[in-house]
Amino acid sequence: MDTTTVAALSGNIATIGYGLAAIGPAIGVGIVVGKTIESVARQPELQGRLTVLMYIGIAFTEALAFIGIATYFIFTAGQ
Amino acid sequence: MLFIGTPFELNRIMIIRIIVMIAIILFFWLALRKRSMIPGRAQSLAEMGLDLVRVNIAEDLLGKKDGRRFLPLLTTIFFLVLVMNITGIVPAMNIAGTSLIGLPLILAVVAYVTFIYAGVKKHPATFFKNALFPPGVPWPLYIIVTPIEFVSTFVLRPVTLTLRLLMNMIVGHLLLVLFFLATSFFFFEADGLFKLFGIGTFAFGIVFTLFEVLVAVLQAYVFTLLTTVYIQLALADEH
Repeated sequence: MDTTTVAALSGNIATIGYGLAAIGPAIGVGIVVGKTIESVARQPELQGRLTVLMYIGIAFTEALAFIGIATYFIFTAGQ
Repeated sequence: MLFIGTPFELNRIMIIRIIVMIAIILFFWLALRKRSMIPGRAQSLAEMGLDLVRVNIAEDLLGKKDGRRFLPLLTTIFFLVLVMNITGIVPAMNIAGTSLIGLPLILAVVAYVTFIYAGVKKHPATFFKNALFPPGVPWPLYIIVTPIEFVSTFVLRPVTLTLRLLMNMIVGHLLLVLFFLATSFFFFEADGLFKLFGIGTFAFGIVFTLFEVLVAVLQAYVFTLLTTVYIQLALADEH
């Protein structure tokens, strides 16, 4: 660190990357679950079917977050 | 590690996998050996699990006939993933059998082969054509649609199946390790009032252990459900 540096951070940028990668799926899962609750409130008799659909929707949405975690291992494995 | 230096070298996760395999076989053999009309505790537990896969997953999504066809595969996947996940919180084992990529990858490949097999068997001529060139799309759009369909159906499906299970288990294990390591640090090495933080991290460790039970069951359910959905999409009559 030379004298002109005002602030410095050390650590791995991949952690910030994972934080960014988690934003999208978090919003997506929130929307999926929220809409399911809304629909169950409208038509409680469809709850079983909607729950299955909700899990499928969540599974597809959160896959992005898991790809986000995996990239950390992929990029650090090469070093 | 056991048998170091021989071709049968085993690490902790392999030992856990073998124990789990023996446990599953023993449990179902003991529970269903003498079946009675009024089920005992073990029998009703086994029947509850088998019923969940048969009624709620296979027959619900695939219908009675196709549900029966793929039931053995789906049941195997469900119980294997479930018990392998549960070992993540069993004391003295403490790591999930699914937290190395081998097992999730094998299961995902099995699911992949199965849904392609189901599709090709049902529509021998049109399965790949319908999957890659969905009908009802104006032809210039195929330039965009076909690569997307190819990647999402034939590449991302097995990859996400593997990663979802693997990462859930790794992250769960890391979280528990963090909480209990922090507890140990605060109790035995920190001084003064910092020891109080240990109570908080310990409580969170317990809460997340319970949360891991939920995750284990949910991931087994989701893995089986997605396999079923992929088979269902491959068997669907029109696209």
